[in-house]
Amino acid sequence: MPVTGKKLYQSLRKYVTAGLLMIPAVLICLPVLLILTGSVMDSLEMKQYLLPVFGGGEGYIQWKLMPDYPTFEHYGRLLFMTPSFFVLFWNSVKLVGCILIGQMIVGVPAAWAFAAYPVRGSRALFALYVVLMLLPFQVTMLSSFLVLDRLSLMNTHAAIILPAVFSTFPIFLSYGGFRALPSQLMEAARIDGAGELRIFVKIALPLGKSGILSAIMLGFLEYWNLMEQPLAFLEDKALWPLSLYLPEISWTQAGFALCASFITLIPAAFVFVLGQDYLEQGIVYSGLKE
Amino acid sequence: MQEKRRKLYHKRRVHFLLFLLPSLAGVTLFVLLPFLDVVKRSFQTAVTGEFTGIKNYGVIFQNQAFVLAVKNTARFTVVCIPFLVLLGLLVAFPLSTFKEAGVVKSVYLFPLAMPTATIVLVWKMVFYRQGFLNLLLTRLGEITGLWGEVAVDYLGTGASFWVLVGSYLWKNTGYTVVLWLAGILSIPSEFIEAAKVDGAGRWKCIRYIILPNLKGSFYTIVILSFLNSFKIYREAYLVAGSYPQEDIYLLQHLFNNWFVNMEFDKMAAAAVCVGIVLFGAIMLLQRIWDRAD
Repeated sequence: MPVTGKKLYQSLRKYVTAGLLMIPAVLICLPVLLILTGSVMDSLEMKQYLLPVFGGGEGYIQWKLMPDYPTFEHYGRLLFMTPSFFVLFWNSVKLVGCILIGQMIVGVPAAWAFAAYPVRGSRALFALYVVLMLLPFQVTMLSSFLVLDRLSLMNTHAAIILPAVFSTFPIFLSYGGFRALPSQLMEAARIDGAGELRIFVKIALPLGKSGILSAIMLGFLEYWNLMEQPLAFLEDKALWPLSLYLPEISWTQAGFALCASFITLIPAAFVFVLGQDYLEQGIVYSGLKE
Repeated sequence: MQEKRRKLYHKRRVHFLLFLLPSLAGVTLFVLLPFLDVVKRSFQTAVTGEFTGIKNYGVIFQNQAFVLAVKNTARFTVVCIPFLVLLGLLVAFPLSTFKEAGVVKSVYLFPLAMPTATIVLVWKMVFYRQGFLNLLLTRLGEITGLWGEVAVDYLGTGASFWVLVGSYLWKNTGYTVVLWLAGILSIPSEFIEAAKVDGAGRWKCIRYIILPNLKGSFYTIVILSFLNSFKIYREAYLVAGSYPQEDIYLLQHLFNNWFVNMEFDKMAAAAVCVGIVLFGAIMLLQRIWDRAD
């Protein structure tokens, strides 16, 4: 009898902890639910619910998880009658794409240099790279501006792309993946007569891809959410990425704004689901100490 | 032999430089050289470029906005990081014993993927005076009879600071949980088995085996939380604009406003100061880190 009692207690405890862990999880998901239901809600219905919050009406905000008049009018308007939305969407895609490709071209070989060729001074240089990675944008904002201004790149997409390409964060992450490779592997390849470039392309890239992919994952989420840089360096609103467009929509168009939010969320969510393992791996790599 | 080794080393150095060159050139051009320029400018006037000594530094430390921003930023960091580190650990512990931890982990991680802009409208709906939070609190008060109507304006008063803390935790808990989990799972299970054989209970295991082995993770998590705490500016800016309620006026707001007003002399001096403080903090943490091994 005492044995089953203990077992019961144990499984009970397990369910209770699981339940407790799910409470914050539900809280975390609520905003997504609000966005989703709001985006298919009729404008008038939404206005009535939100009037207390944004229009100075009496009472409290209301909401229905199943709208009375579900509609796809916002999606229709956004996708077929708002060309500016597409301009900004493609701006975002272009910025993220160029930054990530550039980071790979510049950063992955650099990470390989740190991992495969330890020379005098390379550790100190790596430490410098780590410090640069940790400096927030505001500290480097003026320096970036000075150089962008001198190259007359202000108010162009290059002003966002170029500084980001030389960010040292992807180097740090890719380094995490390369570091796990045993050095005997390279020795063996060298004895077999492989050149250094060949070793990099044929051995390092395929075997160290987890670090590279996690750099892409974290990079995508970071740059899809880009705000500070375009706000400072892009005056022309037609050049802005999507992440700056959403806050411009007034509350009277809340349904429209939620719909735009939802569409902005889709690529991020898609990448998240697709590459969650690499995201976690990347977070772990970002935590690796020198 | 000596000759050959030197030759090999020389070759290695050439390869190191070749692979690193594009990155090093870019970093030098876009970060290092301009930062030196900023250091130089911090000793000059903004427009004419005359040498003024440390006058700019004197000016920013007497600047009310700067003092306020430093105070708020420091307060935010000091409040948030212990909260986040503990919260992450509290979630990671029970999660580490689950086999099906994956789903829970994804849910906690998801806010990291949500672009800030998509969440701002929701935040407004929750935290305005007549928003969801007050609705919930008022109803709770009605049911329990303990308090009356709650009508706090969370964004217009000092409570805005806690809204910011909350959204920081909301966004970053998953990140921390993943790091803690990686730390906990990397402890060899023999350690814990051995302790159990010796008669240690669950709490003793945690206190004497698991926690001491998590020191490395701890420093990492502190550094990364610190790094991410600067990104809270996005939420603050989107919810409250360039001049928010004064409790959430952060260094990031100040830098942006200075940039817009082209007050580059103050910006340069402040960038150097913040840079030095951050550099010092990183070095200090690394020091403690190395000693912990």
